[in-house]
Amino acid sequence: MYWNSLAEFLAMGKHGVYVWGSVGVMAALMVLEPVLVIKGQRGLVARLRRQFRAENAEKTSRQEKR
Amino acid sequence: MSNKHINWFRFASPQAFYPLAGKMIPWFWALAAIFGVAGLYVGFLVAPTDAQQGEGYRIIFLHVPASWMSMFIYLVMAFWAGLGLAFNFRLSGMMATALAPTGALFAFLSLWTGALWGKPMWGAWWVWDARLTSELILLFLYVGFIALQSAIDDPRRADKAGAILALVGVVNVPIIYFSVKWWNTLHQGSSVNLAKSSMAAVMLWGMLLCALACWMYAIAVALMRVRTIILERERHTDWVRAELIQPADEV
Repeated sequence: MYWNSLAEFLAMGKHGVYVWGSVGVMAALMVLEPVLVIKGQRGLVARLRRQFRAENAEKTSRQEKR
Repeated sequence: MSNKHINWFRFASPQAFYPLAGKMIPWFWALAAIFGVAGLYVGFLVAPTDAQQGEGYRIIFLHVPASWMSMFIYLVMAFWAGLGLAFNFRLSGMMATALAPTGALFAFLSLWTGALWGKPMWGAWWVWDARLTSELILLFLYVGFIALQSAIDDPRRADKAGAILALVGVVNVPIIYFSVKWWNTLHQGSSVNLAKSSMAAVMLWGMLLCALACWMYAIAVALMRVRTIILERERHTDWVRAELIQPADEV
């Protein structure tokens, strides 16, 4: 381990803002991107399921009328 | 022998690739996490300070992998786009579309971490240096590719238009890579060299582990996104209907 204390680690020798600013933004975006992809996939799956069920219901009601 | 032979071309069909991608995604996430933890441990906790740059140099453990990925993803994206243009494989265009946002993310992160490194080291967030400017153009190429594709309703035509843009833009990648050699730039030359690296071994290891983590992350996210694109584009097929509606739902 290179550091002597947590405070020293967080200070990054006067460069704390720059180092943690890089780490923070990169980590945030690399969490946000998969979250958005998963949300998009779930939304699409829900929309397609609704559509398929509606189409199936329509098909069966048409058959019953006959 | 012929029985054991795997027909890889089978996976060129979206229907066969969809479940395969689903099986691979957790493995790539696991590898990304392992390499990420190891890389950040080596880079931020084990590696010593840099004599010239102080602790601010640790930004390169993020900056260099992000920059490598931004260029590499562009090459892969252009490869898939070109393959789709030449052979009309349906999956190729979907792969190119799936890679673009992740490439744009890494191009942005390269510029962001670069600016945060540049301020304490050079005294400027940004300079119109050949390396920085060509990386900014790469970000614009990604954004242009995404905007062009989303402006065209027909996916096959969007793939073709995007492919031409992606292929023309490939010329920018060697310009970024060699800019520090071709021009007298403020940006420093390559720190990693196969013959003799200018970095200490522990620093090099930290950087390579972080790069591997970004690589695994990019594959995992691109596979997740390509699955969404496959469902969207193949929604009129029977297999997507069967995939999403369980037999119990059928009346």
